[in-house]
Amino acid sequence: MPAAKAQALFQGLLMVDADEKADAAALERITLWALAHYSPIVAVDVPNGIVMDTEGADHLQGGEEPMLAGIANRFRGKGLLARVAIADTWGAAHACARAIKRDTVIIPRGDTARAVERLPISLLRLAAKTVDDLRTLGFRTIGELANTPRAPIALRFGQDVGRRLDQMLGRVAEPIDPVRSPDLIEVSRSFQEPIGAAETIDKYVGRLVVQLCEELQRRGLGVRRADLIVDKVDNTRQAIRAGTAKPARDVAWLTKLFRDRTEKIEPGFGIEKLTLAAIMSEPLEEMQKASSLVKDEVKDITPLIDIFGNRGARVYRLSPVASDVPERSVQRISAAAVDVEATWSRSWPRPVRLLPYPELVDVIALMPDHPPVSVTWKGKRHKVIRADGPERVFGEWWVRNSELEAVRDYFVIEDDTGERLWIYRAGDGVDTATGSHKWFVHGIFA
Amino acid sequence: MTAAREHVMADLRDRIASVTGGAARKAGCLPFRVAEIDAVLPGGGLAYGALHEFAGGGAGTVDGAAAALCVAGVAARTKGKVVWCMTRPDLFFPAIAQAGLNANRVIFVESDKEDEVLANMEEALAYGGLGAVVGEVVRLPMMASRRLRLAAERTGTLALIVRRWRRQTEANDFGQPTASTTRWRVSVMPSEELPVPGVGRGRWLLELMRSRAGECAEFEIGACDDKGRVHLSTGSSHGSNPARRSGHSR
Repeated sequence: MPAAKAQALFQGLLMVDADEKADAAALERITLWALAHYSPIVAVDVPNGIVMDTEGADHLQGGEEPMLAGIANRFRGKGLLARVAIADTWGAAHACARAIKRDTVIIPRGDTARAVERLPISLLRLAAKTVDDLRTLGFRTIGELANTPRAPIALRFGQDVGRRLDQMLGRVAEPIDPVRSPDLIEVSRSFQEPIGAAETIDKYVGRLVVQLCEELQRRGLGVRRADLIVDKVDNTRQAIRAGTAKPARDVAWLTKLFRDRTEKIEPGFGIEKLTLAAIMSEPLEEMQKASSLVKDEVKDITPLIDIFGNRGARVYRLSPVASDVPERSVQRISAAAVDVEATWSRSWPRPVRLLPYPELVDVIALMPDHPPVSVTWKGKRHKVIRADGPERVFGEWWVRNSELEAVRDYFVIEDDTGERLWIYRAGDGVDTATGSHKWFVHGIFA
Repeated sequence: MTAAREHVMADLRDRIASVTGGAARKAGCLPFRVAEIDAVLPGGGLAYGALHEFAGGGAGTVDGAAAALCVAGVAARTKGKVVWCMTRPDLFFPAIAQAGLNANRVIFVESDKEDEVLANMEEALAYGGLGAVVGEVVRLPMMASRRLRLAAERTGTLALIVRRWRRQTEANDFGQPTASTTRWRVSVMPSEELPVPGVGRGRWLLELMRSRAGECAEFEIGACDDKGRVHLSTGSSHGSNPARRSGHSR
């Protein structure tokens, strides 16, 4: 839209000249931030994007989907609108991120051709003139262009069109040249002859870790995120990222984190260069340890937590929440968090297994205060011999409006074989506003 | 002559022990502190540096509630951190805390596949310095159990397995041989009699189904108290007074 037309539409429109230099600098800053947070291989995707190779790094964010949502939310928190896409290739991700209406999209593996065939050719990263000329010839979508014989197009527009199509569909590799900030601690090793055997890789990873730790020691830092970048002879690059729960400078600890995953490295035709970089580091000062003569030494298990975390397992501890609603009374905290003093109330019996969702059961019970006489759960009838209750739990209106009047009456019941269940009635048995008066099984006692 | 024979026998025994897991023997045992149970277990308790299996009986084969609480009670009596590996996160920790296991001591490792549970357990056992490593698994193949046992023997950590199946009929898998030192079945029984109506302390039938170099046995015990201890319990009386149900009975 021309500026004059815009000014005619909106009164008092403030005009600011585009500052391309400042934009580029800001983009570079964001790129460096993404390097520390998300992926070892990050580059600026000119003019207005960032490209990341997230393979081998998404597990630290909990998988691809949480990672994308996290990125979009972080930008929104800063008042910026970001479009995020994951695809098999740089070209496809570039096109999808600019085409989508939603915040995030994940193109499943191998689905690239289907995902991009409807997208306009302007997303193919071609020169503006080429795009215009192709439009004149009647090409609208990438699919149409991909289904046309190559030779005539190459004759008229050069090799660029075919190259971009191949890059988008993954027929040609397109390595990302990662950004590096000057304060990264990086050690690398080039090989005269390409290496490939797992033992050799292990050996050199071990040496790089020693070098990195010496460098960290000199600067008084400990690493939180470390990347191993593998350059192969066919000009492709693979990266493995390892995270630690607290700053680490221990050779054995870091070596273990990488050796655990050397099997993920595909040497292909051979590895030319190994680079180890400390992407995120924090100060780690020398500390004086109490002598083991004075008190029992408690073994630090943070390295073990890191091993689990880098394998993709969810590692956590549980801590109490001040809530009477059973499913809200437990929260997950970081496994390396400081100890929590508070604990759950010991006054009331609690079941060992809590069902993820309460299950509806048929009961015979005298309302309003009596425990059931019989409970039928999963087609099996339990004749109630003993029971305890009710333990009344009120809804938490400060969490959800609809719980303002909600009540649950919990009973412990025991049947003739000794099975003990935790059941509740939604509602207080008198007033239907407090609940549906249906019965649910919520837990199993030992 | 007899003295010489005794000497030779003792010597041979020592040599055999040094070949087959001398480290485990040195690690000692965790007694139940119930004389009758400790008496049947070789060494007088659950051996450190060994693998112990627990399963539920009846409906407990699927939910594994009693087995899990029993294991939590054992873990509560150890010292140091406890690593709990599983695929189904349905453990309700307030109940575990009531068995004396502090939430700060337990690190949960949740993975998507059974194999990863076993691999994580092995990693934790090999790491050492932990009080106990607990795993909830469906299948425990011979190979996997042997690996766990070797890892446990190296560091002297207590390895505890809770077996829970998806269906009750699958539980006959528990008869398959594994490398575990002891194998227990914990089934729920009617609770202890109270002077007033209500549900008393839970009671379990604890069956020692297999014990390496020991006899099988079964005990009726009272469920874990707030220190994770059990005790021998004598009969309940469901039959004697079935009408008593609760304080609200007519």
